[in-house]
Amino acid sequence: MSAGTSEEHPHRSAGATGDDLIVAGVSKRFGGVPALSDVSLTIEAGRVHALIGENGAGKSTLGKIISGVIERDEGTLTLGARTLVLRSPREALANGIVTIAQETAIVPGLTVAENVYLGSEAATMGFVHRREARRRFRALARHVGFDLSPDVLAGNLSTADKQKVDIMRALSRNASIVVMDEPTAALSSDETTALHETIRSLTRRGSAVVLISHFLSEVLSLSDRITTLRDGRLVRTIDAKSATEESLIEGMLGRSLIAAFPVKAPADPTAPVVLEVEHVSAPGVVDCSLVLRRGEILGISGLVGAGRSELARAIFRDAKVSAGTVRLENAELTGHSPHRSIHRGLALIPESRKEMGLLMGRSVRENVSLSRLDLVSRLGWIAAIRERRAVSKVMEKTNVKAASMALPVMMLSGGNQQKLLFARSVMCSPSVLIADEPTRGVDVGSKRAIYDLLVEMAQDGMGIIVISSELEEVLGLAHRVLVMRHGRICAELTGDDMNQQAVLAAAFAENIVG
Amino acid sequence: MTKQSADDGDVREDDLGRVGLRAGASKLVQSWRMAGIFIPFAILFVILSITSQPFLHTTNLINILDQQAATLCIAAAGTLVLVAGGIDLSVGATYGLATVVAGEIAAHHSPVLAIAAAIVTGLVVGLVNGLIVTVFKINALITTLAMSFVIGGVALKVTSGNLIVLSQNSGFYRFANAQFLTIPSAVWMTLFFVVVLGLLLSRTTFGRYMVASGGNAEAARLAGVRVNLIKVVTFTLSGGAAGLGGAIDISRLLSAQAASGGSALSFTVLAGIVVGGTSIAGGQGSVWRTGIGVLFIALIGNGFNLLGIDPLYQQIVLGLILLIAVGLDSWVRLRRR
Repeated sequence: MSAGTSEEHPHRSAGATGDDLIVAGVSKRFGGVPALSDVSLTIEAGRVHALIGENGAGKSTLGKIISGVIERDEGTLTLGARTLVLRSPREALANGIVTIAQETAIVPGLTVAENVYLGSEAATMGFVHRREARRRFRALARHVGFDLSPDVLAGNLSTADKQKVDIMRALSRNASIVVMDEPTAALSSDETTALHETIRSLTRRGSAVVLISHFLSEVLSLSDRITTLRDGRLVRTIDAKSATEESLIEGMLGRSLIAAFPVKAPADPTAPVVLEVEHVSAPGVVDCSLVLRRGEILGISGLVGAGRSELARAIFRDAKVSAGTVRLENAELTGHSPHRSIHRGLALIPESRKEMGLLMGRSVRENVSLSRLDLVSRLGWIAAIRERRAVSKVMEKTNVKAASMALPVMMLSGGNQQKLLFARSVMCSPSVLIADEPTRGVDVGSKRAIYDLLVEMAQDGMGIIVISSELEEVLGLAHRVLVMRHGRICAELTGDDMNQQAVLAAAFAENIVG
Repeated sequence: MTKQSADDGDVREDDLGRVGLRAGASKLVQSWRMAGIFIPFAILFVILSITSQPFLHTTNLINILDQQAATLCIAAAGTLVLVAGGIDLSVGATYGLATVVAGEIAAHHSPVLAIAAAIVTGLVVGLVNGLIVTVFKINALITTLAMSFVIGGVALKVTSGNLIVLSQNSGFYRFANAQFLTIPSAVWMTLFFVVVLGLLLSRTTFGRYMVASGGNAEAARLAGVRVNLIKVVTFTLSGGAAGLGGAIDISRLLSAQAASGGSALSFTVLAGIVVGGTSIAGGQGSVWRTGIGVLFIALIGNGFNLLGIDPLYQQIVLGLILLIAVGLDSWVRLRRR
């Protein structure tokens, strides 16, 4: 994480006007499995309280209990003198508690202003005062410093802007407690900076912010108090001042992680070229060229919307390529189908595993073998035993942990789902793998496993392109980094030039000049 | 590295406990879903056997199968369309067109030519449906609804609105009525067709691709599945099945008319598929269960007739059963989120 790493906490001394939310002995079980056991903490008004932990540690569950999405089994919630019974987000809202989730809750067919005031429209006899709504919207937008037009259809906005709509909705209702579940996971770094500023302004107004995040640098820079959860239990609540990234990871894992990234094996500069992209232009991509060698990990960085995923799609021949050539192992890649690319030895792990990667309701086995059923079938007839054997082989290689191959993938943890996509790619035995956001929404332990996997695949002779919004990830894994801006590759960094400052400078170059 | 593997061990234990339990619950729902249609079918069968004297007679049972031959074929292929994420409402009209085409040809030419023409007509209509849906990206429901009007019009044009009556044209009559082990060939053909499509869906790469295309088209495409090709093939099969169904029925009844089939047939087929537990959202389904679903609806009709109940109630009951089937499907899907 790059943005918002300022060390001071200007809002810490801000006068708290609201009441503190006291969570006492809260427990929750899902089908007999405890998701949260006897958790107690105090969320102080005017402060940012972070909840951290691995996937499945219970932080989202706690967030949802506070915001009324799910009901607790035991324990109490007290806000000031009131004991809260929250059976729905609506009841939470009535108590001034608002949630901003990673998946935004906007109505795509309504305008931005209509979304912000949805459910609280100023109206007479059912007729909405549109001008009044717009005026209120402008005032609010000025107040929070968002540059959003009230009349744009919300469905046309980027994820970051949709989130802003959510936040404005919360603010328009004078929320005293705002629960944010991974608010910056889908944002580029300048948008993240803006959101961080918003969070600070929320606390200045006396609201409490409950921040659930995987990004430790973000947690450290924004929070006043940090609660670590593990396996549904509270490990500790500490002052953010006394915390470090290492101590937080240690709390989450129960021991210290020696290194976040595997040791880099030096890339062989004389290794044969496996992928050559020459002057490729496609929607969102302008005149991009790159070269990838066997065993090399190439990182692509840049802001969200800079054209990274679009470039990946163009190389994969899944976009209308208007100019340029892609050569895979010295032969031109033609055609417009992922089917062809895969069979030529190019694999893609798409940025969103749920929408673009997996058949969530189907079995692990079917998901893994999907790309290369031809390997385990004869004349279209699937040989069940061969399929199971092939799948279990690649699952072992990629460390996918599943109780059974017949399990629907939605039953797996995020990390295992992601590893499953790697298993599918390994089964394709590609010469080049493009991994787009390979660790999005994955817990710390699985992240490391995926890093190890990427390094191992490179050592096996694959050429790997890693696209990531997490700068540390790109820098920690790649031998070489390309930075994209406005669809172009604007910098290539190697060796000592590969550092956060250089990447950010390239990604933001324009802003510095302007 | 050793530290790392220790960590993996932790994760797995944790995952296994949690997953094991949830998997158990899911399995129960899943197997219940599998058994879903068999249980009411069996109950209905037993009730009819007890309450109606003529029901359990071989003649009656074979008769039901014979009458349902066309519907079974069309519903089996329609299951594939639904699983692959489409829907085909034009099968009724296609069936009608196929019968009149076959009728016109059978009156003057060889029965083989007539049967082939019926099937080819269906295949062509299905292919057109598939191409419109995939190439022009028009919603399958609207495409096939519109096409059913077009096809209906063409069928009327072919016959000029007249009823075609065939004499006991020996060869053509034998197509569906030849007896083997006292069971007519229509039933044998249907059985063969349903089994082939059932295996196609459950045991072949093509079936797997259909499931993937219907379950998550974008993911399937990026995984290398030629989603459009798969969809076109399912629509073509559906059209072909409607053609086959038309050929079987005209051979059984020896008369053809443009208005036969129509939307009533399309809806009966869809009802059978959905009652059988195939998801209208795609990505999930089974040809076997569709077969049971179609027969379940047929049993209700047969039972009402045998027991002498007002056919009015038959429609009401059918509608309610359909609602329950769709309701269960969306409930199961909702529970999974």
